[in-house]
Amino acid sequence: MNASTSLPLKGAAVKSSGLNYARLLRSALPGVSLAVLLITIFIMQPRAMSYMGMNLMLNLAVPIALATVAQMLIITVNDLDLSLGSFISFVACVAATLLDQHPVLGCLVLLGCIAVYALLGALIHIRNLPSIVVTLGMSFVWMGAAVLLLPAPGGSAPEWLQSLVRIKTPLLPFAIIVCVVLAIAVHVFLMRSTLGVVLRGAGGNPLAIAKAGWSLLRIKITMYALAGTFGVFAGLFLVGLTTSADASIALRYTLLSIAGVILGGGEFVGGRVSPTGAVLGALTLVLAGSLLSFMRISPDWQIGAQGAILIFVLALRMSVNRLEARPL
Amino acid sequence: MKRVPLLTTVMGKPWLWSFLAALLIWIATIAFTGGQGAGSLLSGSLSFSAFFVIVGIGQMFVITTGPGNIDLSIPANIALSGAIGMKLMDGQPGLIWLGVVGVLGAGMLIGCANYALIRVLRIPPIIATLSASFLLQSMAIAYGRSIRIQPPEMFYQFCTGNIWGVPFLAISVVLLAVIMGYVLTRSIYGRWTIAIGQNARAAELAGGHVNLIRFATYVLSAVFASLCGLLLAGFSGGASLSMGEEYLLASIAVVVIGGTSVAGGFSNVPGIWGAALFLYLLVSMLNTFGASAGVRLILTGLIIIAVITAVSGRKSARTA
Amino acid sequence: MSDFQRALVTFQGVGKSFGAVRALSDVDLSVQAGECLGLIGHNGAGKSTLMQVLAGTLFADCGALLVGDQEVRSSYGVQMARQHGIRCVFQELSLCPNLSVAENTRLMSPAIRGWGWRRKAKALIEASLDQIFPGHDIRGDDIVAQLPIGKRQMVEIARAFVRVDERLDLVILDEPTSSLDSRVAEQLLQFVRRFVCTGGSIVLISHILGEMLDTCDRITVMRDGRVVEIRPAANFTHASLVECMGSAAKAACEQHVFVSRRAHGSPVVTQRPARQANAMTVNAHPGEIVGLTGLAGHGQSQLLIQILRQCIASGQGAALVAGDRQNDGVFAMWSIAENITISSLAHLKRGALIDPDAEHALAEEWQKRMGIRTPDMRNPILSLSGGNQQKALFARALASRSDLILMDDPMRGVDVGTKREVYSIIAQEAAKGRTFIWYTTELEELDYCDHIYVFRDGQAVLDLPRSQLSEEQILRCSFVEQTA
Repeated sequence: MNASTSLPLKGAAVKSSGLNYARLLRSALPGVSLAVLLITIFIMQPRAMSYMGMNLMLNLAVPIALATVAQMLIITVNDLDLSLGSFISFVACVAATLLDQHPVLGCLVLLGCIAVYALLGALIHIRNLPSIVVTLGMSFVWMGAAVLLLPAPGGSAPEWLQSLVRIKTPLLPFAIIVCVVLAIAVHVFLMRSTLGVVLRGAGGNPLAIAKAGWSLLRIKITMYALAGTFGVFAGLFLVGLTTSADASIALRYTLLSIAGVILGGGEFVGGRVSPTGAVLGALTLVLAGSLLSFMRISPDWQIGAQGAILIFVLALRMSVNRLEARPL
Repeated sequence: MKRVPLLTTVMGKPWLWSFLAALLIWIATIAFTGGQGAGSLLSGSLSFSAFFVIVGIGQMFVITTGPGNIDLSIPANIALSGAIGMKLMDGQPGLIWLGVVGVLGAGMLIGCANYALIRVLRIPPIIATLSASFLLQSMAIAYGRSIRIQPPEMFYQFCTGNIWGVPFLAISVVLLAVIMGYVLTRSIYGRWTIAIGQNARAAELAGGHVNLIRFATYVLSAVFASLCGLLLAGFSGGASLSMGEEYLLASIAVVVIGGTSVAGGFSNVPGIWGAALFLYLLVSMLNTFGASAGVRLILTGLIIIAVITAVSGRKSARTA
Repeated sequence: MSDFQRALVTFQGVGKSFGAVRALSDVDLSVQAGECLGLIGHNGAGKSTLMQVLAGTLFADCGALLVGDQEVRSSYGVQMARQHGIRCVFQELSLCPNLSVAENTRLMSPAIRGWGWRRKAKALIEASLDQIFPGHDIRGDDIVAQLPIGKRQMVEIARAFVRVDERLDLVILDEPTSSLDSRVAEQLLQFVRRFVCTGGSIVLISHILGEMLDTCDRITVMRDGRVVEIRPAANFTHASLVECMGSAAKAACEQHVFVSRRAHGSPVVTQRPARQANAMTVNAHPGEIVGLTGLAGHGQSQLLIQILRQCIASGQGAALVAGDRQNDGVFAMWSIAENITISSLAHLKRGALIDPDAEHALAEEWQKRMGIRTPDMRNPILSLSGGNQQKALFARALASRSDLILMDDPMRGVDVGTKREVYSIIAQEAAKGRTFIWYTTELEELDYCDHIYVFRDGQAVLDLPRSQLSEEQILRCSFVEQTA
């Protein structure tokens, strides 16, 4: 409908500052929820507030954060990747077998994976396919390939990978540094660079981007290839931590990564995403698990608690949105 | 000139393709085995497909209501409902009714919860059903932890028995599909569902009770998933936690392969049967050919992608 | 035509077909440097197609397209148009709602790059806005989604005039004033004149004749994909323009003697607009046609939707004819028949199911009554022209048994012939006792209304019976700042 055309009113200034306040609150929400979670953990378990404690809690967060960033890139162009978990599992399997025994072949396979992602992006764009269904199909493919490669759990990650993910950094644990660097790097690329503007614009109004002379095909390919790259990183980091792999090692990551993006303030359509938020969202989901174990809640309810946190944060966001939408 | 009506009839019925594909695969399998086991293959595929169809119908109605609408809580729902059903029946024939009523009630509650998250908290459906499924999964783990309970004999017979090779289950689900087919195309509810899927705002302005229809749709999907969980538990001699896992992908796959538009507003019920038969026959064909699990998975995936590529190619050719 | 001037762009015998439909045939037209060329015509006359060819978003099938003296048709495209300094502001908004105003500016100007590009883009777009729309109150880092539609349109226009080391010779403005209020529209038209005086060229498409006559140097009239007339604007009048467009024969609007229906009986609708500060309500009595007017976007549509929701919730029933067909009206994947019957399904049931025969009969009946031009009501709704789609939406509302029909500026983009047909049907239905509440942006449509409410700032500020209707008073109430 016609939104009311503005007339210079006395209330205008008040309204816009109120808007900004709500916007600020909403973008702060992922950070605030993580902080609340951390503080609760520290109060319940002061020992967690140490270098070792943080490292223990957050180590497994890095692959999830990487996966969340990958998912976020896909969501930016209004698609959804339901194959991410099985893809990361496959990468882990490759790393634990091929990459260890035949490093060159392993690298080629991983590069091939990224190429497959780029191709998927092209296919989805050219034939105008629903990404949900295509990636659903791909999840079978990756899983099948992983089973072929590693029929039973096992294999071993290359030494260099294992030592890489266990680097002891001064002051802050490696996991935190990786997450911070990841968040900043992706933020600068997606939110601050001119290329990032085009990529996000393709999520907001693809027609306009095409009219402005950009190739949507190239944008999709770029986004999918980038997502594939982050997926590969996630798989490598994961297998470095676990040292061995199995074909279903990261299946949960599909849903966790979607949840992470949403927790971080991203929206499904319209190219509204936040890289820093996505990383914070992933950390929140991981820490929620730690909190539960500190609270001695049965692991049966681990997954349920992640769901509950998701619902809680979204409910909070909705109330912030209401605040914003409230007419004056 | 005369071929045009025929062509448009075929184009207007995208579900024919899924049946055609199922038939081809069945023939290929039989050609490979030299005709052996053709009947039992068909009978088996009818049974297994029936489960796909039940969840597929529910998922289809949800997908029909428009882009972004999808029920991800189906697998967890199936696991929980199977457990509830078996517990309530407690192996006694006299309690079958209680199990059925209990499971249907649970399905309705789950549907209401899903929609409450979508409506009250304004959560996008994918995330709402996703987070609901996290909760349901935990409930299923906690609730279904106790020892495995066998279904009552009579219920087991219903779920596995057949008449002249046609499973009871398949007959019931065909009936259900016929009814739901009419509901989709000839009932007021169905019409509005399709209308909402095409343009929710226009549907509201045309006098549709959009929220009510969507509410009904999510409840319908949840009830069908619960029903599937109950029957699956009866079929496989008890509920298990991982029982529902494959049904998320399967429910979406049968809807898409059946010719329903993932963007909503364009759906059909018969195609779900064709697609379910196709998927099952495909897996058994690969088994017959002696393919390993990995190859089976890869081929299944590639075929889903191939089908969606072919389907959307056809559709864009039609709208162009 | 003055050929001795420098022609910036020249079309020679340009044609374009979409399947069997010839959208453009044999178009000869040139745009001179330093002029504002008006382009006017009915829906489907080919204006937008021609401009899309010029902007490079569509390729011409035949003929020649000369930019300067170069023949460029075969290699022409968006990028090339831009290189030649040709830009376009299309009717549909082409901003990315998730990006800020400055970021949207950057999308169009690849030259804004390097360190600090965001600051540069912000400065450029704000300068452009200042130049065109003084006092606009838009900031470069506002997110587009959070701006009202009028301001988005302003951003879009301002963006087309941002220049960074590039040529900017010609800007196409396709219905630029449609979502602007009159004050801002006036600012824009003044800017167009200034821009033209500095040597730039503008192609202006508008359906507001006064705007065209005042702003353009020359006006080109198109009909059925052809250019039928090009004259200096000064040689046109309202009447001659309309005549050239070849609209349907004008039937003299029969002036009924006004009889108020408010003397007795109670209103079917008594609604206070959501933002109404005083106790004034919008009332509609049975059989009345109530008009809502005022500047576009001042709460008229919102009032209609408010009434609709309440009537549906209370079970009283009401039907709405949407003006924004794509977003509010049409079910694109359905047939014309299905589009019409959706609001009447409850009456088409036999047992629990919808009766296809009854449905078909209803569709046929309304095809006749509305004169929807199609061989078969089972054809897809999108096979109809815009005007006929609008008739189908009228049929949907009228076929429903609601006694209250709400109309949300339904004649947007509808040709004159269709309008007249629909006006007479509305009058007939009202005579049968149906109540109409009609939001319209076209003042002459108020002649058909019994009572007129003028809106400003989301409030009804004036209630006029038709006998007291005067354009001057409506305009005064739409603008003047006074509390009722």
